[in-house]
Amino acid sequence: MALAGSKNFSVLPGFGPSLGYTLVYLSLIVLIPIAAVILKTLEMDWASFWSTVSSPRIVATYKLSFGAALLAAAINSVFGLVLAWALVRYSFPGKKIVDALIDLPFALPTAVAGIALTAIYAPNGWLGRLLEPLGIKIAFTPVGVLIALVFIGLPFIVRTVQPILEDIEIELEEAAASLGANRGQTFWYVVLPMLWPALLTGFALAFARGVGEYGSVIFIAGNIPMVSEITPLMIITKLEQYDVNGATAIAVVMLVFSFILLLIINALQAYTAKKTGRSF
Amino acid sequence: MTGAIYAEDLIPEVKPSAVITNGTRFENNRATRESTWVKYTVLTIGLAFFTLFLLVPLVAVFYEALRQGMDVYWEALIEPDAVAALKLTLLTAAISLPINLVFGVTAAWAIAKFDFRGKQILLTLIDLPFSISPVVVGLMYLLLFGSSSWLGRWFIDHDITIVFAVPGIVLATIFITFPFIARELIPLMQAQGREEEEAAVVLGAKGWQVFWYITLPNIKWGLLYGVILCNARAMGEFGAVSVVSGHIRGMTNTLPLHVEILYNEYQFSAAFAVASLLAILAVFTLVIKTAVEYQHEKKQGK
Repeated sequence: MALAGSKNFSVLPGFGPSLGYTLVYLSLIVLIPIAAVILKTLEMDWASFWSTVSSPRIVATYKLSFGAALLAAAINSVFGLVLAWALVRYSFPGKKIVDALIDLPFALPTAVAGIALTAIYAPNGWLGRLLEPLGIKIAFTPVGVLIALVFIGLPFIVRTVQPILEDIEIELEEAAASLGANRGQTFWYVVLPMLWPALLTGFALAFARGVGEYGSVIFIAGNIPMVSEITPLMIITKLEQYDVNGATAIAVVMLVFSFILLLIINALQAYTAKKTGRSF
Repeated sequence: MTGAIYAEDLIPEVKPSAVITNGTRFENNRATRESTWVKYTVLTIGLAFFTLFLLVPLVAVFYEALRQGMDVYWEALIEPDAVAALKLTLLTAAISLPINLVFGVTAAWAIAKFDFRGKQILLTLIDLPFSISPVVVGLMYLLLFGSSSWLGRWFIDHDITIVFAVPGIVLATIFITFPFIARELIPLMQAQGREEEEAAVVLGAKGWQVFWYITLPNIKWGLLYGVILCNARAMGEFGAVSVVSGHIRGMTNTLPLHVEILYNEYQFSAAFAVASLLAILAVFTLVIKTAVEYQHEKKQGK
């Protein structure tokens, strides 16, 4: 990877020092710690690595973490789009406040979100009390994990779709209407195709965040082995048993997954930029 | 809605751009207006989802915190362990914030003001902390500075404790909050281009003068939001800090970890009281964000 070699001469000062500092700092804070995990993994033998990451209890956590994160991202894609549509297309009282609070999951510490959601959905909680007689249990079940991940992921969808929706040229919809399309057809054939890249990007971001999420999930999950344990919790559990190798093995699986998703997100963002930057 | 052309739609709109975001542009145009029942269905579903998933949890924090009265609330906040946790949280933010501020501005300068090969790779690497699980981040620092690594042993031999102590907490926090300021500034500085800075240099300004008098006034609002958001995340980080802190009461407990301990001891009111401090911080962060966006819109409207 060659970072130097600027083709265009610039009169602005400070290229060398600023890029140099950026690279040094990035290496110290991000790259060296990642290397530490990889080096630790290389010390392990393949058999013990594999037996750790493929044990039934750990595999159950993959299923829950990935499944709940996928489902939460899908739920958020639908309702996030509805919310983004309401925020861009309609005016209603309190819109400024709703718009500001969309970012709450970014700003609210995850542990606070976790205990708040548990207070709401626990069997004796605000909503849990109403759902309990109906036989619906949310807290301390996999559904609780899903609820927490929906909370965490919502702003990713709204904030990627919202700007695209704002920038859509009104003339396209006018053209569709003048050619005889009704609003449903215009939405389905004209607006939605322009939103797909942003929706997919938001979906991937929410999914990536959901798989790694810890703080907001552990309180509401109940952490029952084979039922409601998430993968990040297993790293903590292994560390509490002083099984550093086991913790590292699980961390590597999660790291590899993060890298793959990051590459996909990058490609999606480049695709979105290309699609929306194109003149129609 | 029929597909006919209406005269009102053919007249080009000459409204100022500030109106664009409030929705009337779409609602006043027959081609982009939905029927009333569609509008109210969308609003009802959207706002119900918003209320259920965002508003109710926020209200729940304050309600639960104050449920047993102001005395219990206040008691939980002035308790020595809570005060110690607050101090450590403030210290962690006070160290990690300036470090990430300098990095954010420097990285944004290099990326936004110059062209070089590998820029995309660099941007991807800066985004890395967003997609790594906080628990994995904590483990990384544990492996790097724990007693099983040579670096960790070197620090132990020199009586410097990193993990299960304040330095570990600060390092993990720096990693988690690393991209926030850079990510806020890079698109802003890219959008502003280089002409103003280049003109300043041609007129004889020195490097720092260019930054201080030209770049900084242009980015100050974005920078402010970046710092506030970075601060909220630094004070609220849980997963990564939980791994490296060792949970020593009154010593290596930050506010979020203190919330967890109180909650697990069934001291719910106290846990929510401490949590409400962090929730106030979150609301404050969102207020600043709204103010920054308002400034930005006003500037564009001019």
